[in-house]
Amino acid sequence: MTEPGSVMRQSGLPAGRPSGHEPANLGDILERVLDRGIVIAGDIRVNLLDIELLTIKLRLIIASVDTAREMGIDWWEHDPWLKGQDRELREENRRLRRRLAAAEEGAALPRGPTAEVESVDERTAEVDERDE
Amino acid sequence: MTSVMNNAGTYLYAVTRDEGSTLPEDLKGVAGERVRAITHAGLVAYVSTVPLDRFGEEPLRRSMEDLDWLGETARAHHRVVEAVARTTPTAPVRLVTVYSGEDQIRDLLDRRHDDFAETLGRIADRQEWGVKAYVDPAAPPPAEAGEESATRPGLAYLKKRQASLRSREESWRQAAARGEHIHDALKSVAVASQRHRPQDPQLSGRAEWMVLNGAYLVDLDRGAEFARVVDGLRGEGIDVELTGPWAPYSFAAFAEAPERLEGGTGDDA
Repeated sequence: MTEPGSVMRQSGLPAGRPSGHEPANLGDILERVLDRGIVIAGDIRVNLLDIELLTIKLRLIIASVDTAREMGIDWWEHDPWLKGQDRELREENRRLRRRLAAAEEGAALPRGPTAEVESVDERTAEVDERDE
Repeated sequence: MTSVMNNAGTYLYAVTRDEGSTLPEDLKGVAGERVRAITHAGLVAYVSTVPLDRFGEEPLRRSMEDLDWLGETARAHHRVVEAVARTTPTAPVRLVTVYSGEDQIRDLLDRRHDDFAETLGRIADRQEWGVKAYVDPAAPPPAEAGEESATRPGLAYLKKRQASLRSREESWRQAAARGEHIHDALKSVAVASQRHRPQDPQLSGRAEWMVLNGAYLVDLDRGAEFARVVDGLRGEGIDVELTGPWAPYSFAAFAEAPERLEGGTGDDA
């Protein structure tokens, strides 16, 4: 049908553009080039430690984790990348969360899903208390 | 040759079998350098020269934190992988895999020859399709306020709030179940599949809940069938987005790669 390499997107939503090939979006590309593809360990000249790639991956996904867990989607808990076998990685995770929060404050970005979910939880607790 | 100089590295994009296919002459990779092919041991490695003052460990550590730089580099890497994949089955290599020089690349093709051959055999005549499913989280209709609203407005408000939160939980549960259902339907047409983490709205660019972020390795001659199945899964309140065909990024990992380096989070690739 189509040759590999000409990535296109199709969606049920009205496209607003004539159908055909559109460049793949950056999120999809980053996900693939960072997270997938062949990883060659060993005597490479530039050996980025896993920790550095993890840092980037976390930056990309960090805000979605809590939201997804709320939805009962938690299969990545089994992902060795995030399972936290390594204390360093857990620490890095915490550090990044703090940095991301600080960055969001600083940049006055709209509050992410993480913050939203937390505040909803707080309200739930409040309602429960007053109901009794 | 620049690649043997101390201040230059050899950046590896992808590996294919040696089938005599040719690349566009002017294909440029990361850092704007021309891509060339190294043919060795029945395999071809696609590489370009990179300056180590930008592609050494220390500079990369800094620049990979820069999302603009990362985006540009990722696109350049992807462009090369795509160009190669257009000509022959291709095993993409992870971003910023940099060697000292061509000798090291030849050594790699010798050492990992069987791994590359196995991977390339697995993905030949197949394509990767990406499927993301979104559910609209539009709030469900508010619960009945009831009589209490007149006498105890505060409590009525809180109860309404609680009911709304409960129905939100229920919506979440249903949405996740729909994601599962879609994944199962697509798996039945695919040779292998991987589920990846749902993307953050900032990355996906969409506010809806992403209930599925899957990759599917599909036989070339079943591509149309796969697309039809995707079409049939769209429905009220759910949008299913198909991307591809991709070079087989999600299905190229070496079978015996160290566990913690496996990119996949999926179930049954």
